[in-house]
Amino acid sequence: MAKIGPRNEMPRQDPQVRGRNFNEVALGYSAEQALAEAQRCLQCKDPTCREGCPVNVRIPEFILALREGDMWRSVEMLKDKNNLPAICGRVCPQETQCEEKCVLGKKFEPVAIGRLERYVSDWEIGQGVRKPALAPSTGKRVAVIGAGPAGLTCAGDLAKLGHQVTLFEALHAPGGVLIYGIPEFRLPKSIVGTEVQYVQSLGVELRLNNVVGKLATVDELFAMGYDAIFLGTGAGLPMFMNIPGENLNGVYSANEFLTRTNLMKAYKFPEYDTPIMIGKQVAVIGAGNVAMDSARCALRLGADRVQVVYRRTKAEAPARAEELANAEEEGIEFHYLTNPISILGTEKGWVKGIRLQKQQLGEPDASGRPRPVPIPGSEYEEEVDMVVMALGTRPNPMVFTDTPSLERSRHGTVVANEENGRTKRARIWSGGDIVTGAATVISAMGAGKRAAADMDAFLKNPDQEWWVEPSAKPAHE
Amino acid sequence: MYRITAREDLAPVTKLFKVHAPEVARKAKAGQFVIVRINEEGERVPLTVADYDRESGEITIVFQEVGKTTKQMGTMKVGDEFASFVGPLGQPTEIENYGTVMVVGGGVGIAPIYPIARSLREAGNKVIAIIGARNQGLLFWEDKMRSVSDELIVCTDDGSYARKALVTEPMKEILSSDHKPNIIWAIGPAIMMKFAALATQPFGVKTIVSLNSIMVDGTGMCGACRVEVGGKTKFVCVDGPEFDGHQVDWGLLLDRQRIYVDQEKRATERFEQHAHGECCGEGK
Ligand SMILES: Cc1cc2nc3c(=O)[nH]c(=O)nc-3n(C[C@H](O)[C@H](O)[C@H](O)COP(=O)(O)OP(=O)(O)OC[C@H]3O[C@@H](n4cnc5c(N)ncnc54)[C@H](O)[C@@H]3O)c2cc1C
Ligand SMILES: Cc1cc2nc3c(=O)[nH]c(=O)nc-3n(C[C@H](O)[C@H](O)[C@H](O)COP(=O)(O)OP(=O)(O)OC[C@H]3O[C@@H](n4cnc5c(N)ncnc54)[C@H](O)[C@@H]3O)c2cc1C
Ligand code: SF4
Ligand code: SF4
Ligand code: FES
Repeated sequence: MAKIGPRNEMPRQDPQVRGRNFNEVALGYSAEQALAEAQRCLQCKDPTCREGCPVNVRIPEFILALREGDMWRSVEMLKDKNNLPAICGRVCPQETQCEEKCVLGKKFEPVAIGRLERYVSDWEIGQGVRKPALAPSTGKRVAVIGAGPAGLTCAGDLAKLGHQVTLFEALHAPGGVLIYGIPEFRLPKSIVGTEVQYVQSLGVELRLNNVVGKLATVDELFAMGYDAIFLGTGAGLPMFMNIPGENLNGVYSANEFLTRTNLMKAYKFPEYDTPIMIGKQVAVIGAGNVAMDSARCALRLGADRVQVVYRRTKAEAPARAEELANAEEEGIEFHYLTNPISILGTEKGWVKGIRLQKQQLGEPDASGRPRPVPIPGSEYEEEVDMVVMALGTRPNPMVFTDTPSLERSRHGTVVANEENGRTKRARIWSGGDIVTGAATVISAMGAGKRAAADMDAFLKNPDQEWWVEPSAKPAHE
Repeated sequence: MYRITAREDLAPVTKLFKVHAPEVARKAKAGQFVIVRINEEGERVPLTVADYDRESGEITIVFQEVGKTTKQMGTMKVGDEFASFVGPLGQPTEIENYGTVMVVGGGVGIAPIYPIARSLREAGNKVIAIIGARNQGLLFWEDKMRSVSDELIVCTDDGSYARKALVTEPMKEILSSDHKPNIIWAIGPAIMMKFAALATQPFGVKTIVSLNSIMVDGTGMCGACRVEVGGKTKFVCVDGPEFDGHQVDWGLLLDRQRIYVDQEKRATERFEQHAHGECCGEGK
């Protein structure tokens, strides 16, 4: 490995073509490309890449196995820490996690860990996923609430450990944000389907259309004989800006826009029944993954012009770098240092424009990012017929209405010990976006995994103090 | 899957289904709703719980055929199944002994007003009920309503049956009489609820309405159902569906109900063509 070549690019659909279809943008490595990329890895004795991964995937090991052509061992190494590699390989913000810490990145480009992860897990899916050995039944029953990445991971791990798991999901399809939020062109739903089937194949009973808090409360679940509960209900409540005109026809929360498009398949209307507005001039407010997904969906649904409006600069934009680049390539416009102050409507109540104001960066705020400061007199208007608010979300309130005993933070998130997922209420664990606020797939998955391990330990030995103030050391292993 | 166990055609375009959904039936209360989906291609449509039977595990829904989905539901038979049937959603009606109450059901709103009237009666209230519809063909459940009210007034807009009046007329008469109610529930099309609320405002009697905004998930996740009540944005599916009618921004609700008129028309026309052709209306 004397000379390190450049990173192997992954083939993608042409931007001109893909901007009008919902097929996956990134096409994945060929066997040759994967091998060539795997050869770039230095197999570090002290692999810093692992520290960057929230679940410490055994990165050099899975890459080595791939290099040696032992694909099943590669799968095994990968899945040792990560239950959903086909998903994480596609959606992790690798540039701020594993790949940021790869030593190659100092002088050259880092190893494309995410792309290799995707390659190995897609290979496995092609083989037909193998069911692992299950531990003998423990006779314990666990209710997992919410079938997003946190819940699916927790349910799968508990089932492998021999517990009888019921997974409750409010919607008619499992997957959480993976199914209702992240679009097909970034994460094909068949991949989410495969992961869900795998979890079911472990014996997890999936109960869809089941809103916990409404159908059964947490107390009732205990009364029905569940020994433990994991809450992974996510952060789904959309935020608005509270500016004039926000309730006009044509203003969507990103969640509604994406749910109609992805979960309900409104892009196939009228073959599918759910309608969606086709904006011609669309403004998307925000610059996270949610905003990128909304902007790119609007384009694919038929918009002529899509503008992303963000009050900070590109450097602060929270979206995955790859998706920001994809969006730019597809012709999405970016208006940085700009913030909406009102939405203008017609007499009939439809959006006809948006009033914007330029910003400049000031002192850092509580999040450590520079605070945007409005520039007086810089207001201007743009003609638009649709606005999508992609400002972030808060925890879904539904499950709490009937479980007031759960302690929550000021932001509405559940208070839980990050190391083991325990909430302040005995026998209830929690993790994922409902605890952290909107975060990432891999961090939700990691929380599900840590909780499952602790739940297993607790169920086997319930004689222990329930709540111990979390120690100061970092949460991840 | 959720099986239809009984079907009754209450009026040419108004149908009643009983659906086997024991878990929902175990928890449902007056004022709540369910979200149904016919099949994989189907949209999620909210419908009020018109009745529930905890023993048999059935939920009664009553719907009016207005567009693609409700028309397609009109072709469903006993034994057919819904792909989803989620609920009970929303906050239940606050049932208490208020003394004298007035309940008003307009058109398909007669269905949701019935369990509310019954619960209020059971709680010891004197129940004055008014039901109305555009014409006789749209009226139903007169007997059922009579059985749960102390006084029942029936009217039709065109006078084809009973008294010729809009429901707001008898409402105003009763409010001016000496058995003025302490609280009112008015449920029906948005425009009727708006005028009912306007009619009662001068009398200062609290008037609760059940808002039928457009919804998707019904669990507080999308904001499609947002309305303004007392100047604040509220989500009908979690905060409602019942609100104080005097505080509701009716203009906004009525505008928002029109978001998809064009698409709805296209879908309905397409469905009707298919339903008359050889294809069975599966939306394929
Ligand atoms: C549009 C979008 C794009 C994103 N892109 C990325 C990305 O590229 N990379 C990345 O790492 N992260 C991304 N994220 C963030 C990531 O998807 C989330 O952090 C992650 O899904 C959180 O997982 P979770 O299991 O905690 O919750 P969710 O995925 O939100 O799942 C929660 C589940 O619980 C269900 N539920 C809620 N209440 C109840 C109840 N009362 N009863 C039963 N079920 C209930 C919900 O219906 C849902 O299915 C994105 C998020 C969005 C919205
Ligand atoms: C809480 C609640 C309870 C309801 N209860 C009943 C009931 O008991 N019986 C009944 O007949 N109707 C009820 N409705 C209205 C019913 O949901 C709509 O009539 C139905 O969705 C129409 O669907 P469609 O495809 O047949 O018609 P469409 O052609 O789609 O629409 C016809 C009209 O229905 C409204 N509508 C469309 N989609 C939705 C949607 N997803 N959610 C709400 N409204 C929509 C629109 O204003 C539209 O103009 C209720 C609505 C809500 C919000
Ligand atoms: S799970 Fe995500 S962060 Fe971890 S190695 Fe894989 S791509 Fe990197
Ligand atoms: S740090 Fe980079 S080069 Fe080293 S083992 Fe990890 S991926 Fe390979
Ligand atoms: S229907 Fe989605 S929030 Fe109410």
